[in-house]
Amino acid sequence: MMNRRQWQSVTETAIELLIRLCGISAILFVFGIFFFVFREGAGFLFHGFNFREFLFSSEWYPTSHSHVRYGVLALIAGTASVTALAMLLAVPFGVGAAIFISEFCGPKVRETLKIIIEMLAAIPSVVWGFIGLTVMNPLIIRLFGAPIGLNVLNGGLILALMSVPIVVSIGEDALKAVPDSYREAALALGVTRWQLVYRVLLPAAKNGLLAAVLLGVGRAAGETMAVLMATGHAVRIPTSLMDSVRTLTATIAAELGEAPMHSQHYQVLFIIGILLFLITFVINLTADLVVRGVRVK
Amino acid sequence: MKPVVSLLLAATLAWLPIGCSRSKQPEMRVIQNIGSDTMVNLAQAWAEEYVKVEPSVSVEVSGGGSGTGIAALINGTVDIANCSRQVHPQEIEQARQNTGKAPREFMVGYDALAVYVHKSNPMEEIALEQLAEIYGEGGHFTKWSQMGITMRGGADEIIRVSRQSNSGTYEYFREAILGKGRDFKLGSRDMHGSKDVVELVSRTPGAIGYSGMGYATAEVKTLRIASKAGGKSFAPTVENTLDHTYPIARPLFMYTLGEPAGHVKKYIDWIHSEAGQKIVTQSGYVPLPRTGTQP
Repeated sequence: MMNRRQWQSVTETAIELLIRLCGISAILFVFGIFFFVFREGAGFLFHGFNFREFLFSSEWYPTSHSHVRYGVLALIAGTASVTALAMLLAVPFGVGAAIFISEFCGPKVRETLKIIIEMLAAIPSVVWGFIGLTVMNPLIIRLFGAPIGLNVLNGGLILALMSVPIVVSIGEDALKAVPDSYREAALALGVTRWQLVYRVLLPAAKNGLLAAVLLGVGRAAGETMAVLMATGHAVRIPTSLMDSVRTLTATIAAELGEAPMHSQHYQVLFIIGILLFLITFVINLTADLVVRGVRVK
Repeated sequence: MKPVVSLLLAATLAWLPIGCSRSKQPEMRVIQNIGSDTMVNLAQAWAEEYVKVEPSVSVEVSGGGSGTGIAALINGTVDIANCSRQVHPQEIEQARQNTGKAPREFMVGYDALAVYVHKSNPMEEIALEQLAEIYGEGGHFTKWSQMGITMRGGADEIIRVSRQSNSGTYEYFREAILGKGRDFKLGSRDMHGSKDVVELVSRTPGAIGYSGMGYATAEVKTLRIASKAGGKSFAPTVENTLDHTYPIARPLFMYTLGEPAGHVKKYIDWIHSEAGQKIVTQSGYVPLPRTGTQP
């Protein structure tokens, strides 16, 4: 019979193993998903796939009878333009809101604001898309005299609203993580509140804020349903905010359901999935390098 | 709104079996019916009416597009596939390889593709060549003024509204106005369902769009279509479709794998009957001509 101590050491090892498994599982899942997406697209990727056309042509004709062309340049431009506009709007607003919540307001206002901002994050993306299609579309036509309200501006605004909650809550955590001793030391030196934020807190919380922004970028670039409905879903390289665009994610969502299994079209949609993987990978890698560079200084 | 439609459908589908189990019919038979987005309202109307005729059979309808229906047929997971185009030869071949049976075709009605514009647009009729200039790759029309149309409020740019590239409506419209082989011009707003097209056109002054005539509402203006510029133009009506004067009309099909089973055959026979064809008219489509019975 096992004595108490042995029994304890056995459960201890078992629990440790379990926790270790949980830690490793993320790696397994990521590689599993990558492997699956890669396998579905690989057949075409290595046999007769035209990389130049794929990356540098904006002609997307997946079901043409005469001349099938798979160029995703316009789709990349669509994703990039909508994401960039969303970040341009969401980062100042989100970081500003995070500073206000963590430094300037009383506990009551803080709690209310946090609850409301979290509610903003809980709105499903289909509902956002619906708002874009039925509310923002006529509004943009009326305000800007645009021929159609489903465009970069519409999609960018919706995505900004969707990513602000992420930027706010992670940015606020980053600011909170700055030790109070920093604040006390600065105040003892007689700085104003603005100087405290600008000179002490922002530099100290730099990494966390950058993480907040990049998670916002990830949210915006990966969003599908809302942009499918709000951007107009038109294959073209935008030249102004009033142009309709189509994103990489929306293309997969709209066409995968009806592309015949394992046809070229189906495989190309998976290759777009690989491309999205690479884009997020590069974003994360740059973020990592930037954060490290900041630390070395 | 496509998502709303699918939600409603999901809700209806979720209710069907429950409603049936309540009635405690000993032998409930289910007919799976998937396919064309154009036909989904019609198929739903048939299914609802058929329950009254034959309470022991429940027909479960969902949309997704003609391609989705045929794909399900090839995989053998559906009893009837709705299709707003004819099956391609390679699809027949695939079905044969996968299941050993060839799809059997039943024509169930006609659909005229309606072309419409915003209510404020003064245009009343359009010729096929003009549509090709607007929609076709290499076509020159990008402004309403090029066709002599003066738009109020300066919305001169033509906003082309189209469908996602694998819908049956998209394929038929492409072939009907551009002929085989020619492609659409890029940059059209590709909506994910006929309802979305109508919705967008009704809210956008400079827009032009197309869908099955059953989807046209009072919110948009349906154009008369001429085969040749300057020729006589025709509205998408039942008479004009049946005597072939309306140039962009197509038959609607249902496909089964091989000869249909007894209860499925009975359902299709009922669709061909007077009661079934009455529903075609009620849903805004064109019924099969009286004399020409199904071969």
